[in-house]
Amino acid sequence: MSILQLLYLASATLFILGIRGLSSPETARKGMNLAAFGMLLAIVGTLFHHEIVTYKWIIAGLILGSAIGVPMSLWIPMTAVPQRTALSHAGGALAACLIGVSEYYRHGISLGTGHMAIIGVEVLLGALTTTGSLMAAAKLQGLLPGRPITYPFQNASTISLLAFLGGFIVYLTAHPGATHLFYILLACSFLFGILLLVPIGAADMPCVITLLNAYAGLTDAAMGFMLANRIQIVTGSLDGSSGLILSILMCRAMNRPFTNILFGAFGKVEEASTEVLESKKKSVKSLTIEEAVNLFNEAKRVIIVPGYGMAAAQAQHAVRDVADKLKALGVAIKYAIHPVAGRMPGHMNVLLAEANVPYPELFDMDDINPEFSEADVALVVGANDVTNPAARHVKSSPIYGMPILDVDKAKKVIVFKRSMAPGFAGIDNDLYLLDHTWMLFGDAKDSFTKLAGALQNVALQK
Amino acid sequence: MEHAIPIPELYIFLLAAFLGYQLISRVPPLLHTPLMSATNAISGISLVGSLIVAGANYNHVSNILGFVAVTCSTINVVGGFLITDRILKMFKKVKK
Repeated sequence: MSILQLLYLASATLFILGIRGLSSPETARKGMNLAAFGMLLAIVGTLFHHEIVTYKWIIAGLILGSAIGVPMSLWIPMTAVPQRTALSHAGGALAACLIGVSEYYRHGISLGTGHMAIIGVEVLLGALTTTGSLMAAAKLQGLLPGRPITYPFQNASTISLLAFLGGFIVYLTAHPGATHLFYILLACSFLFGILLLVPIGAADMPCVITLLNAYAGLTDAAMGFMLANRIQIVTGSLDGSSGLILSILMCRAMNRPFTNILFGAFGKVEEASTEVLESKKKSVKSLTIEEAVNLFNEAKRVIIVPGYGMAAAQAQHAVRDVADKLKALGVAIKYAIHPVAGRMPGHMNVLLAEANVPYPELFDMDDINPEFSEADVALVVGANDVTNPAARHVKSSPIYGMPILDVDKAKKVIVFKRSMAPGFAGIDNDLYLLDHTWMLFGDAKDSFTKLAGALQNVALQK
Repeated sequence: MEHAIPIPELYIFLLAAFLGYQLISRVPPLLHTPLMSATNAISGISLVGSLIVAGANYNHVSNILGFVAVTCSTINVVGGFLITDRILKMFKKVKK
């Protein structure tokens, strides 16, 4: 037993070193190998645990889990990473939730107050994270509509359901034998996860997916408390704080108060008046690929601003291609990444890395913003609200105060866009109306492929 | 069954949360996606608890719940480490 505890201690140390490795792309892989080794130690050590008498369920679970986990990781496209992440939160939370149910089933009425409370919390958090994450994954995959679905008395009903669930747990701590109530708690917690995610739109996912990450971590820590398994308390706590920090960063970048999102009090879409959109459509300037090429004449510095639209159009390779052609013409290229561009934190970085963009060319918002005034051309591909200068000075705008990329300060701006449809905030983008902004309408992948071809011709002529 | 409040465990939880805050704050936004898959893989340590429930001589219901939990946690452990490595492999300083 003490050997196992020492193994767990070693694993916890290796996990911490592993996460520390993620502070730089150069040390990250080595760190994760350490963490994986730590995991192996913990698992192999546990297989010799004295309470284990039969291996049939264990072997079946390990084989089935690997059979699902390996293809889910090696063959899914990089654009599907947010869905996969949501699914893994669901899996982790479900595991902890079921172990909580198993413990209740075993001990039931003999559970002490502390244990009953922790099992109640574990089951509540685990169940709501499971269904919530499944809903998130379905929305990200497009199986459910990505726009928020609202219904009357939404906040009132979710908050009262949560109050009921809390009440159930309190009652159960005093009367752990109330078996029916426990299973009602379980069922309602699953339902609660669904209700929590229904009103949330796909564009809010960076906030929500990180919050579900925090919940999954807390569920894990609760399971650690229940089993008095200290390594699980450590990992659950690390996972929980990671999710929480990321969630706070995402909320800040989206200009949403963190207190609002804890219980899903968001997803409200401001109604955009279509009339205004129509009138504005007339005043934007659109241009063709050939005209776009001319804008690069004498350009020395170009900044590319990717957003979710790039992922949706799978345009990352075409974008890199244009960057290569421009580099061949002697242009310096940088990429400007807003924290909430895409559907999860770091989404754009991963897609561009996949397209073979060296990571020193990827810049965070705070680092790149001072450079826009020096940029000859800014290319906006599939990003909208995070470039809207209204956030700076229009006090009535729903995105007022949101940190944005200073794209409007570039000398020329080309916006690649499918249509004039507004972004997730449902408002018009003042950037499109500026004198030095041109719109290039069409599918982003298609436009960039054509642009790369046109730039190639320019290079040949020189 | 223990009735007292698990003070040592609460210390561990609290200290790990502070450590987590310090560690995670140093992860650049560049690596936030692999960070999420990495913490997900590591939190698959719930596998160790699930293994015992799936293999212990408690009762059939527990064994089966344990089996499902082992399956889910294994997906996270195996899948989490694999995809984290797959993502991290793509981050290159210079173009090939």
